[in-house]
Amino acid sequence: MTTTVDAMHGGHAGHDTPRGATPPVFYVTDDHAHEGASTALGFWIYLMSDCLIFAVLFATYGVLGTSYAAGPTPKELFDLKLVALNTSMLLFSSITYGFAMLAMEKGRTAQTQGWLAVTLLFGLAFLGIELYEFAHMIHEGAGPWRSAFLSSFFTLVGTHGLHVTFGSVWLVTLMVQVARRGLIPANRRRLMCLSMFWHFLDVIWIGVFTFVYLMGALR
Amino acid sequence: MLETLTTFLFGRLSLESFPYHEPIVVATFFAVLLGGIALVAALSYFKLWGYLWKEWFTTVDHKRIGIMYMILGLIMLLRGFADAIMMRAQQAIAFNGSEGYLNSHHFDQVFTAHGVIMIFFVAMPFVTGLMNYVVPLQIGARDVSFPFLNNFSFWMTVGGAVLIMASLFIGEFARTGWLAYPPLSGLEASPDVGVDYYIWALQVAGVGTTLSGINLICTIVKMRAPGMTMMKMPVFTWTSLCTNVLIVASFPILTAVLVLLSLDRYAGTHFFTNDMGGNPMMYVNLIWIWGHPEVYILILPCFGIFSEVTSTFTGKKLFGYTSMVYATVVITILSYLVWLHHFFTMGSGASVNSFFGITTMIISIPTGAKIFNWLFTMYRGRIRFELPMMWTIAFMLTFVLGGMTGVLLAVPPADFVLHNSLFLIAHFHNVIIGGVLFGLFAGIYYWWPKAFGFRLDPFWGKMSFWFWVIGFYFAFMPLYVLGLMGVTRRLRVFEDPSLQIWFQIAAFGAVLIALGIGSFLIQIAVSILKRKQLVDVTGDPWEGRTLEWATSSPPPDYNFAFTPVIHDNDAWWDMKKRGYARPLEGFRPIHMPSNTGTGIILAGLSTALGFGLIWHIWWLAALSFIGLLAVAINHTFNYNRDFHIPVDEVVATESERTRLLSGQV
Repeated sequence: MTTTVDAMHGGHAGHDTPRGATPPVFYVTDDHAHEGASTALGFWIYLMSDCLIFAVLFATYGVLGTSYAAGPTPKELFDLKLVALNTSMLLFSSITYGFAMLAMEKGRTAQTQGWLAVTLLFGLAFLGIELYEFAHMIHEGAGPWRSAFLSSFFTLVGTHGLHVTFGSVWLVTLMVQVARRGLIPANRRRLMCLSMFWHFLDVIWIGVFTFVYLMGALR
Repeated sequence: MLETLTTFLFGRLSLESFPYHEPIVVATFFAVLLGGIALVAALSYFKLWGYLWKEWFTTVDHKRIGIMYMILGLIMLLRGFADAIMMRAQQAIAFNGSEGYLNSHHFDQVFTAHGVIMIFFVAMPFVTGLMNYVVPLQIGARDVSFPFLNNFSFWMTVGGAVLIMASLFIGEFARTGWLAYPPLSGLEASPDVGVDYYIWALQVAGVGTTLSGINLICTIVKMRAPGMTMMKMPVFTWTSLCTNVLIVASFPILTAVLVLLSLDRYAGTHFFTNDMGGNPMMYVNLIWIWGHPEVYILILPCFGIFSEVTSTFTGKKLFGYTSMVYATVVITILSYLVWLHHFFTMGSGASVNSFFGITTMIISIPTGAKIFNWLFTMYRGRIRFELPMMWTIAFMLTFVLGGMTGVLLAVPPADFVLHNSLFLIAHFHNVIIGGVLFGLFAGIYYWWPKAFGFRLDPFWGKMSFWFWVIGFYFAFMPLYVLGLMGVTRRLRVFEDPSLQIWFQIAAFGAVLIALGIGSFLIQIAVSILKRKQLVDVTGDPWEGRTLEWATSSPPPDYNFAFTPVIHDNDAWWDMKKRGYARPLEGFRPIHMPSNTGTGIILAGLSTALGFGLIWHIWWLAALSFIGLLAVAINHTFNYNRDFHIPVDEVVATESERTRLLSGQV
């Protein structure tokens, strides 16, 4: 909202101006472009609204997480080693996304694309391990319909996984767009948004790892 | 074999799904059909489809989208009111052994649809429409932050409305009440498509609402004209900001809780079931954590409208601007701390109930401060009793009454007696009609000349006003009495004949309100016919104070040829007072967003996706979902989303305004 005074015109010079001060300026003649100016703020607000969805799922898990309905408990189900491996996949993907952004800042297209591809591989590895874990649990008769605990577990973790899936689709789309048009401002802005999204999912996962897996293993 | 094929093709949909055995629905269907055919024929005859598509459906202009929201709200108001008058008629005659004319299957759908439609598809589109139209003008912006998103949000709201209207003729709507509490809304008690219609209509519309909330927050935070600091924003913009913060901070909760309910219904999970560890009260808590802020989402912009109207029609600066802003912000925050007062009878104990009872009562303090601010603004002002001001005064009297019964209900022991009674129904209609609806009417009358360049006919406006206000009191005061006598809500037949007279008075009130709505429609028609007499060429018919009155009526596509600079809260008043001269030369090309059909296509696919999920037509759901992804991704490959209005066009538009303005003098 800053505008330099010399860009301003308008009003009647001297007409009705108190104390002989500079005449009031009622409009600006230079048109500063707004394009893309609100995107970062808008995307932040979107992330916060998404965060609320996770808040509801965490709260639901908090209330229903011990309603086992005589079914399996977290201790019996969770394989912490597998989860640790999975967590490292997602954390590494965040680091590599960071490298992609650093390369983007320097304007190195090929390097950016390379790190994005590595990020995608880590993301897909995370999804693969998660799907294996889910399949294993369902195979053991611990599907989401078994108890309220498992309903809330699958929904919380699955919603996160769904976000990673959409993030991956988005990542591929952006790689195609960068390949076609290079690191133009619009593409930089898009990469920045996906970066925020990707790190946001990491933060959510830290919460899942702590509250669901670690504390579940302690119960 | 054939059966497998039809199940694959149509899911749960069969000939039995069409309610041809319900004469009321069939008659409505044919009326809608005839009306629809007439409309389509007229549009084709006058060759308006191309115009509608190019200028309206694909528009990204916040003004046109705002007007489309208002039209949607008006259409749905007629549907919601039809439900209301059906209930009033049923309850007025279902005495002395009479079953009335609605069976329970139909009656339960009617009260559910009435609530859902009035909140989500009448009040919300009206409020969003006014904010969309007015906010960018009030802050001196060309458009909203994300014009395409704005178009998409609107069509998603329409998509939800289409689904809910479809439920009238294809299948049935929920029979659960407007918040669809489980276990009643669970698969066991409601195996039919009604609750699924409810879920997907709200989910599709909810996406639109959340995105439009994000959009308007960004617009207000980022796009204000130079000089307009936060504390120089018009009060309507302030209340809009708070409302959109509430939208973004509450609608995701509704989305999430409806996802959980649909998982219970579609995937066999146990969030809200009675067995396997589920907890139905979890749903009630979550939905009210959205639901209570929702009522403030509706009322806050109306408080803003009343502030603008009061100060304009008394010709004075608003009394206590700062306190008005702080009161709005305090209400915004407190609205998150009261949700449990909707179910004191849940049994959460004396301490919890006391906490929520007290926070509820505290909200009346900032609200009361606002009432006093309006009164002090009027004090020693030169009040002009134009229609917006009449609605404002009707609001002050009616809303205070509704607020006081609200404080009564906030006392937990009293609530144990009055919970789920008609007293509650009377209370919330008292605040929603007396607050939101009266505010919307004030806003419509106030800004209509800005949108269309002519005023609304005052005679029919006054007819509508008096029918509405008197009708409201006739319709709802009896419900207070009945509620105190212990009559609960949502009853279809009655045993005690002494109650009948009260229901008959209420039905009479509903008839008066029907006349009020009729007068409003006549008023619009009459005003369009008499638009030459009612014309306003100045763009400032009410001696306005805020920036929207600085431009022409209707404003040009670009709103302002030059971005205004603001020095005072009442920016336009300040400009008029200090000799602002309209710029006549030096125009430049203006950078604008291009129209796009992507929004309506995405919303159409979302609606098809919802329909497929409701009827278990999985191929339709899958195809729509893939289509959604493809269209959305394809849209991101379009980098050319803007154009410049050539300078000749700006010069021509502005010269035309100059000519009109000089003709006036």
